[in-house]
Amino acid sequence: MRSGGISIWFFVGISLLVNGLLIFCAGIYELVHPPEKPVVLFQVHANVWWGGVLFLLGIVYCVYFAPGRNRV
Amino acid sequence: MPMISAFALPVTQRMVHLSSVDLVIIVFYFALVLAIGFYLKGQAKTSEDYFMAGREMTAWIAGLSFLSANLGSLELMGWAAASYQYGILAAHWYWIGAIPAMLFLGIVMMPFYYISKTHSVPGYLKLRFGEPSRALSAISFAMMTVLMSGINMYSMALVMKVVLGWNINFSIWVSSLTVAIYVGLGGLRSAIFNEVLQFILIWAGSLLIPILGLVEAGGWQNLKAKIAVNASAEYTHLWRTLGSFSDNPMGIHWTGIVFGLGAVISFGYWTTDFLVVQRVLAAKDLRAAKMAPIIGAAFKMFVPFIVILPGLLAIAVLPVKLTGESAALATGGHSYNEVLPLMLARYCGPGLLGLGITALMAGFMSGMAGNVSAFSTVWTYDIYGALINKKASDAEYVRMGRWATIWGVLISVGTAYLVMQFLSIMDYVQALFSFFIAPLFGTVVLGMLWKRTTPAGGFWGLLAGTASSIGMWAWVKIDPSALRYVALSTHARDMAENMYRALWSWVVCVVVTVGVSLVTKPKPDSELAGLVYGATEIPSDRQMPFYRRPIFWAAVVAVLFVTLNFLFW
Repeated sequence: MRSGGISIWFFVGISLLVNGLLIFCAGIYELVHPPEKPVVLFQVHANVWWGGVLFLLGIVYCVYFAPGRNRV
Repeated sequence: MPMISAFALPVTQRMVHLSSVDLVIIVFYFALVLAIGFYLKGQAKTSEDYFMAGREMTAWIAGLSFLSANLGSLELMGWAAASYQYGILAAHWYWIGAIPAMLFLGIVMMPFYYISKTHSVPGYLKLRFGEPSRALSAISFAMMTVLMSGINMYSMALVMKVVLGWNINFSIWVSSLTVAIYVGLGGLRSAIFNEVLQFILIWAGSLLIPILGLVEAGGWQNLKAKIAVNASAEYTHLWRTLGSFSDNPMGIHWTGIVFGLGAVISFGYWTTDFLVVQRVLAAKDLRAAKMAPIIGAAFKMFVPFIVILPGLLAIAVLPVKLTGESAALATGGHSYNEVLPLMLARYCGPGLLGLGITALMAGFMSGMAGNVSAFSTVWTYDIYGALINKKASDAEYVRMGRWATIWGVLISVGTAYLVMQFLSIMDYVQALFSFFIAPLFGTVVLGMLWKRTTPAGGFWGLLAGTASSIGMWAWVKIDPSALRYVALSTHARDMAENMYRALWSWVVCVVVTVGVSLVTKPKPDSELAGLVYGATEIPSDRQMPFYRRPIFWAAVVAVLFVTLNFLFW
């Protein structure tokens, strides 16, 4: 579904990309500076890989549904 | 259907502390939804654009929006709490309490809604039964929608106060004004765009809890073993304990689940509540309109993974035992309703916590946007256009729709403050909402499937069903022992009572509708074209390859639904 040239999925992509990047960076910071009171299962570093997954998905959506491309 | 428990969370100290990156994520979310509203403002010029999103949504967009409008944050938090309290029984509200009704809407009812080109469910009643039925349905729906929206708003603000320490006034005004701006500017199209975004955020922010929870618990089998020790082995069985009211923590019998929840309440909610049906009416063609509820059903089936499973995991892994509201208030402990935020705080560090909180807010805002956009449409078409200004121009409809969006939000805010002063109002409004759903389903389904149903039958059936529901509710309030008649057992709890009350009110509606119809004059077939089975030519999809046919995908979803019920029997 496009509206005036911008697909709804492009907005979704922007959201995933920005959130993913922020979460990934926060995870990397915690890797370097471990918190005093870590969350349960801190050792699996969920914010690093989950942030990375969201970021990559965001890139895919932003590119695939970029304004001007003929996608629906 | 919405699960709204009285979120009287004990206000002790904030549960989590947000870091700066969490705050950036939340602020970015608000900025993005507002940006979408401003971007779409220019595309809401006609009433068809504003109220029906131009009827150009694909099946996927309409389907995700259809589900997202229902996925309010209180739905998420309320059912997570219910699963901690009652075990996997809570999943019935996602499976038998949703999937059959959603498939029925897509395959059987959607053709009539879509072909009739109605703008709303009350609008369909006008076409089928005449003005009195529309007026009864529209006024009750409009009133209940804004009241429910206010209750949601208050509950959400209270959650934000407990979880984050935020001021209640701040939460109410910031969230409601944001929704008012983006829905007021872009209408249904903006609401739907944002609902799809919110749907993705809800999953992105919630999915880690069950994944990490299962890792900590050591897998499903270990989780079951821990639940058996900490609570009861029955907590992980969906049907096995439903043979008797007293054998399960919910105090419910399988007949209540199957006939009350599965056959009446869920069909009433998913097929006639305009809050959700409106999203499907915005589909671009009949195939998309039929596929949208099927796509919604497919995703709905997996929502228990992010709602019910966290509640079960909490039984196994949380070091504290959660209690009811009054016990939590007395001891300063945590209540059932805090289970989702507690699990969020348990696993989510900086960034992930912000996304989780954003998911809760997104759930609240998608539910509220659903309420106000549906209210705005019903008010404008079925009350203003039908009863106040019958000669309104298209531009006046759009203008009225924008004003109705703002009024709707303001009335909701007023309700939120009223509830804050008089908490018992919450129970009454929720009961009021339940009065209309089951009888309305009886009226609509008879109207669609039985040509002989007359306008008088439709109106009197709807009125009698609603009145009987109110009567049964009042009866039990005045004389609690009446529960043994209404719910067939004195062991029945609130949920069981609601189910049986819905079932009886639906039966009353159907009996009265049939009885009155048989003694009154039916409409001629020529006036029923596009509205009723047997008088409507429904385009065949036999020319499509099988994998594009809605019936094929409905069958796939139905098989998965049955399989899940057997897996967790």
